[in-house]
Formats: sequence, structure tokens, C-alpha cells
Amino acid sequence: MTVTELLSYEAALASFDPVMGLEVHVELGTKTKMFCGCSTELGAEPNAQTCPTCLGLPGALPVVNEIGVESAIKIGLALHCEIAEWCRFARKNYFYPDMPKNFQTSQYDEPIAFNGYLDVQLEDGEVFRVEIERAHMEEDTGKSTHIGGATGRIHGASHSLLDYNRAGIPLIEIVTKPIEGAGERAPEVAKAYVAELRELIRALGVSEARMDKGQMRCDVNLSLRPHGTKTFGTRSETKNVNSLRSVERAARFEIQRHAAVLESGGTIVQETRHFHEDDGSTTSGRIKDNAEDYRYFPEPDLVPIAPARAWVEELRQGLPELPRVRRNRLREEWGVSEQEMQSILNAGAVDPIVATIEAGADAASARKWWMGELARNANEKGVSLEELPITPADVARVSTTSWPARSSRASSPARAPRTRSSRSAV
Amino acid sequence: MTDIIKLTAAEIAAKIASGELTAVEVTEAHLARIDAVDEKVHAFLHVDREGALAQARAVDEKRARGEKLGPLAGVPLALKDIFTTRGVPTTVGSKMLEGWIPPYDATLVKRLKAADVVILGKTNMDEFAMGSSTENSAYGPTGNPWDLTRIPGGSGGGSSAALAAYQAPLAIGTDTGGSIRQPAAVTGTVGVKPTYGAVSRYGMVAFSSSLDQGGPCARTVLDAALLHEAIAGHDPLDSTSADLPVPPVVEAARNGSVAGMRVGVVKQFRGEGYQAGVMQRFDESVELLKELGAEVVELDCPSFDLALSAYYLIAPSECSSNLARFDGLRYGLRAGDDGTRSAEDVTALTREAGFGPEVKRRIILGTYALSSGYYDAWFGSAQKVRTLITREFEKAFEQVDVIVSPTTPTTAFPIGERADDPMAMYLADLCTIPTNLAGNAAMSLPCGLAPEDGLPVGLQIIAPAMQDDRLYKVGAAVEAAFVEKWGHPLIEEAPSL
Repeated sequence: MTVTELLSYEAALASFDPVMGLEVHVELGTKTKMFCGCSTELGAEPNAQTCPTCLGLPGALPVVNEIGVESAIKIGLALHCEIAEWCRFARKNYFYPDMPKNFQTSQYDEPIAFNGYLDVQLEDGEVFRVEIERAHMEEDTGKSTHIGGATGRIHGASHSLLDYNRAGIPLIEIVTKPIEGAGERAPEVAKAYVAELRELIRALGVSEARMDKGQMRCDVNLSLRPHGTKTFGTRSETKNVNSLRSVERAARFEIQRHAAVLESGGTIVQETRHFHEDDGSTTSGRIKDNAEDYRYFPEPDLVPIAPARAWVEELRQGLPELPRVRRNRLREEWGVSEQEMQSILNAGAVDPIVATIEAGADAASARKWWMGELARNANEKGVSLEELPITPADVARVSTTSWPARSSRASSPARAPRTRSSRSAV
Repeated sequence: MTDIIKLTAAEIAAKIASGELTAVEVTEAHLARIDAVDEKVHAFLHVDREGALAQARAVDEKRARGEKLGPLAGVPLALKDIFTTRGVPTTVGSKMLEGWIPPYDATLVKRLKAADVVILGKTNMDEFAMGSSTENSAYGPTGNPWDLTRIPGGSGGGSSAALAAYQAPLAIGTDTGGSIRQPAAVTGTVGVKPTYGAVSRYGMVAFSSSLDQGGPCARTVLDAALLHEAIAGHDPLDSTSADLPVPPVVEAARNGSVAGMRVGVVKQFRGEGYQAGVMQRFDESVELLKELGAEVVELDCPSFDLALSAYYLIAPSECSSNLARFDGLRYGLRAGDDGTRSAEDVTALTREAGFGPEVKRRIILGTYALSSGYYDAWFGSAQKVRTLITREFEKAFEQVDVIVSPTTPTTAFPIGERADDPMAMYLADLCTIPTNLAGNAAMSLPCGLAPEDGLPVGLQIIAPAMQDDRLYKVGAAVEAAFVEKWGHPLIEEAPSL
């Protein structure tokens, strides 16, 4: 593989303004799939959670999951979007082995939510407004496992295994308008946006939005234009960037790569790119010129969706406090700095700390436990705080108990790890 | 025994209920008839002998236990091979699905079973319901029992031929552009395309989702109504199925009348391409309607002239997407998978081998019509025509209760005559297509034999959406008047096989 030429970040920014577009797919946490009654539970035997509809068997038909629609509206409302009075699903036609019907039931020119924004807070407290183009409903594909190839990719594989358990799980795709004017802070804005969106999705209770589990996936579209110009440059689409840190690194890498190409008089190829976690680089995927044609047309198997205004208003009234507002409130209540709050957020510790305080601990010790000993522990094990076998109630008890002597600890009965369901909701 | 096969469904059900016949006897009589004539007719792709007899035995046991039997209990039926049947092959007339055994029953099949209807087997059809002659079946053509060298209509030619050949008193068809009505017309039988959404499409292999509609086929209007009632009704598994009560079709069929009704005759449904004998029988039918007390109103529906063009954009567009799933990966045919080829190559080889020429033609046409840059001109314009046609129907139904027309411009043409001329083939659906585009209901019933060739002519009755009962009210009146005039049902003039 040829080494990708990069310009230094500073040099890139000295000549160019980055323009970004972020597309985030969120897998909803509905009990059943978007168009059939199959379970969405993770971890089942391959193809155990399938039926004629999500396998695309001849004759099978979709039926819309109402909770999926409700979740889409909630997300749209929380992103300050307009909610369509009438919208339809559309078929996006393309061939892929893990897509059973060889079309994806999605939305095209009639998304359920459009024209919104999300204010994101950067580490120094600056607020940047990211405009939202649309949020629309669609279905996930199955999963292919390629056997025999060197890289796990289809190229060079002897055969592939297909698992359709994920096929038909509801997805909400949230697309930003072009993010301009972030300048050198563009990668930081990208990361903050995805972080904020993740918090928002969790606060709405519509998905756990775990990036490590693929419940939230981000595509970073990026182009550069010389300072002072208006026309967008040719963009690259870095697909499936699946952690906050990676979002930032991918944006940064692409800025440097584009700048190197443009500075040396080259042209950017419109293509998808793969992101590599190990070295933070991207490599060429498939050429994506404008000839790609999904032949969208209204999905004839589903009737249009016309959410009653009263229902939309009811959902609007029921929206929880937005994460940024809540964080600022908590920051003041806990008396911590912007930066401390940011590390708490990055560690995924906001909710555990809140729950621990609710269970009786004081703010300082709750924070100390989750950000200290427990964060280290989780880090070592490579799990999230929520996956540790300890509950906020346990932490509250520990933090309010004074231990008289070492021996009493040894005599306490061994405790089985708690299951997820025994923990307070997050 | 031979008389059993000549009975109507209503008569069979009554005789089984009274104990005069057993369901097993009835089923055996029809299976014997299939054995005797289907080599010539080729109406069936698969005969489910065991399944049919098991269903029949269950009906007889039910009766023995003193349980109440439904209005079609024990009546045999021929099912178009487009509906999925759990454990029974479903080919849709295509090599693509040769040997495929569906793991689930279509909703319509579940309803038939719940009504104790005995499913004899699956009938031949144009591949993926694309055609008007059943010649596009990958499994060979079906003969018209009136003249085995002629087509039985299509795509549901197997179902119409099975009725005309007395292989079954009831059949199921599907109608996307006329595939129930045109076969009924050319075989002297009765076929109904219910209002779009009246009969669940779940488990009906899709050709063009916004046009496809399953419906009843029979030799009499009352039998069609009994079957209509058994299969219609809301299905939560089909979002496009109407959540409304089924219109009182059986009651209408038992009380046929056109007295005081306003009947529309559309100017556009005549002219070049219409066989003289077909128009003669049609005009006589209009006269008959007047004699029966109907008022005839001439209607002008100019956009109907665009229906065929719009149809041949919308149906292929939807089919190009619906048939994309046939890729050889999950079910059905897989060609060329020798371990060296990529999935894409195997898919291409599978489609090359599995789809017939007409299916390929429509997939290519539809893919083109949906392409970026062409969408507005083709698919978009066709949708506008569809809206115009729907509005013209609505306007027409402000003036009339039903519309009548010839079902198809000609009688059954010889097998092979139009096989290489798709445009000529498409014209067979000239009068039936507007109804599919608008989504309303229509029936075809026999109105005589064309003088020049002695072959059956169909009269089409069109009703507004969700007023399917009007078809039966008018159809029953016309049928009764004709039977009185002829002295017997038209089908009795069919040559014995």
C-alpha cells in the first residue's frame, strides 16, 4: 500500500477551510424490528430472529413499527426539527448480499423530520450550532462475515456467512447540513456533535446509542475549499467511524490528506473511505461518482405516515431536559469546572454519578468513585462504566460507609456480579 | 360421479352439509377429472393430492362431529401458483423458484383453510404474472378448454382453464392489469378483481405492489361472491389492506337487479382493435341492461387512452424493485456457483437462467423508468396519468352506478400468435388496466359467443372502490337474464374434453 501523503494540520488550515457533513445512523432500541415482529435482542444465534418479512421472502410484506415512528419524531423534536405532516417511505434500490430484498426501505424526499439544529459545546465552553438537514427512518441490513480472506473483507474470502438478525432493525439516519466556519476546530466540532447527539439519544430513551456495539455509526463527509471561496470542494465519505475519538481523528486525517492532494495540484476523488482505528488513517473504498443511482420511488407496500398534530405535541411536551442544559445544571450543582465536566462526559459517568447521588451519596464522593477507582477498573477491563458489576446503589453504600477495620471486609460474603437489569435505569 | 364436477360451489357445499355427498367424494371426483384431462389442458403446475384429501377428510370429520360447516366447506379450489403455501411448492410460473417450498402460508391461503375450502393444487400462470396468455410460464402453456390450441388468457390462465375444464368449481387469481378478468372472459367464466386492498396481499408474490390484487374466479356469479367473502377483509400483515367491512357481496349476488340503475358506457372502450363479434355481444349486453330496467349513460374518459402507457411504466418500475430479491443467495435457483465465482457473478448467471424474456424485458424497462434523470419523465408522468384516471372514474361514478365494457378486445387467440409481439399481447388488457390504476373493483362474466369464431366473450362491470357488491348485484341480474335467454349457462356449450 502506498503511503498517503499528508500536509501538516497547521499548513492545511493555513490554506483551506474544511466543510463537513455528518451522517449518523442510530439503531433504535425498540423491542421488535421496524417492519416485522422479530426481536431485536442482541446476541442470538445467527438467523434465529428472522421471519418471511425480514428475510425478504417472496410474498412477505412490511408493517410499520409505531414505536419506531414515535422514536423518530422524538429525535426530530429534540433536534428542533419540523415534523412532516405527511411522509412516505421510499425504496432505495441497490444490490448487497446482506440486504434481503436488494432494496432498503428508507425515506427519500419526504423525511419524517427536517430543518433542525443541535447546539454543541466544545471543551472550552464555546457553543457551536450544527444545523440538521433531516432525520429519517429506515431499516438496518444483515451482517456478512467473510471467511478465508486476510482482512475480513470480501476481497480474497473463500465464502461468506450471512446473518439476518440485524436485518430490519429500525435505524434513524440523522444528516447535518454542511458544517461551515468551524475552521481548525472542525474535528473537535465533529466529535462534540456526535457526543452530544449520543447523549441526546440516550436521554430520549430511544436507544442506548453504544458506538462500540454499532448502535450508533457515523459517516464523516469532508471537503476543503481555499480560504475566501464559497464553492464546496469534492468530498470524501469516511464510512463507519465508530468512536468519538475516531470521528475526530478521521476528520483531522482527511483534512490533512485533502490538503496534500490539493496543494500538490491533484484533485480529490469522490469516494468512500475506510477508517483504520490502529493508525487513524483512511484508505480508499469505492468510487462514488454521481452515476450511482438508487432509483428511489415511493414504497408501495406501506401507506403514508401522517402523524396527528396532537400526538406530536404530546411527544414534544414529554421531551426530557436536553443533555447540554442538564449538564450545565449538574455542573453548577456539583461545582465542577467545564473541563472536569467534559472528562465526566467523556468517561460516560454523568448518569452513574447522578444515580449514585440519588442513592444517597454526596456529589464529591460519587464523582471521586466513578472517575477514579471505577473508571480505572473499567478501562483495564475494556468495558463501559455501566458494564461494571457494581451499581450506583452499591457505590452510594460504599461511599457512605466508614470501614472500621480491614478484617471486616474479608468476612463479608462474596457477592455475585449484578446483572444489568438490577441496576438503576440510565 | 361425473355430475359432481358440474356442480356449482354453492351446490357442492349444500350437498356436503346435508350429507348427500362427502367432501372426500367431491375431492376425489375433481382429482379424477384432473387426472383425466390435465395432460391436455395443463392447468396445474402441482396437484396436492394428499393435502387436498386430508383437508376433505377433516371437513367430513367436522360434520360427523356435528360441527357447523361454513358456506364453502369441502368445496375444491384451484390456487394460482403465486400464493405461498407452507410445505407446498410455489413457483410463480418461473424457473427462478423451481423447487422452492415456502415456510409460510399466504393470508389468503390461511383464510381458505379456515373456511374449509379444499385446495387441490397450484395453477399455471405467466411467469411472475407478467402476460396475458400463460405462454410466459416457464413450465409450458395452458390450453383453453374451448379450443386447446388457443390461450386461456393470462396471467391466470391455469385458474380459468381449471374452471372451464371442470377441474375445480372455484379458483383464485390475481389481477395487476387484468389477469383475473381477461382469462375469465376468454374461457367463459366469472372473475372478479376486488377493490385494491380488499384481499390481503401478504404471501402473494409481488409483481407490481400498487396494482396487484387477488380475487375470486368461478363459473357462476354466486360462487364468486361466496369465495370473495371467504378471502376478503382486513389483514394486519398487509398495511395496504382496507380496514373496512367487506361489502355484502353474497347478499348482492342472491338479489341480482339493475332496475333503476345508471350504467355507464365509456366512449374510449371501442374502436380499432376490437373484434366485431366482441362488440356485437357487448352491444347486446347493453341492450339487455336497458331491458332489465337500467338507464344507459355515455361517458367520455379521455385519459383512459393513456392507461396502457402509464401501466407499462408503473408496473415494470415496481417489478424491477420487487424482483431484485431473486439473486440466488437465499432461496430458489442458484446458477453457476462452482466455487470460483463471486456472489455478483452467480447472481447474474442465476437471473440469466431463471428469468424468462418477458420478465427481463419488464425489469429492464422499469429500471430505466426509475433511473435518475428519467424518473420525472417516465415514472413521474405515469403517476400523474394514474391520478387523472382515478379522477375520471370518480367523476364518472357521480353520474353512474357502474360502468360496463368488453373485458378484452378479442376472443382467445391461438397459442403462439402474439408470443413474439409484446405490444399486441399488451393490448389484451386495454379495457381492464384503468381499473387497476384507479384501484376500484371490476368483474368479468360471460355474455355470449362471438359469431365469427364461436368463442366466449366477456362483459366487464366496473364499480367504485369498496362498492364491490354492486358488481355482484348487476352481474347476477345479467347472468340470470342470459341463462334464461340461452336456456343454460354458457359454459355448457364448451366442448367436452
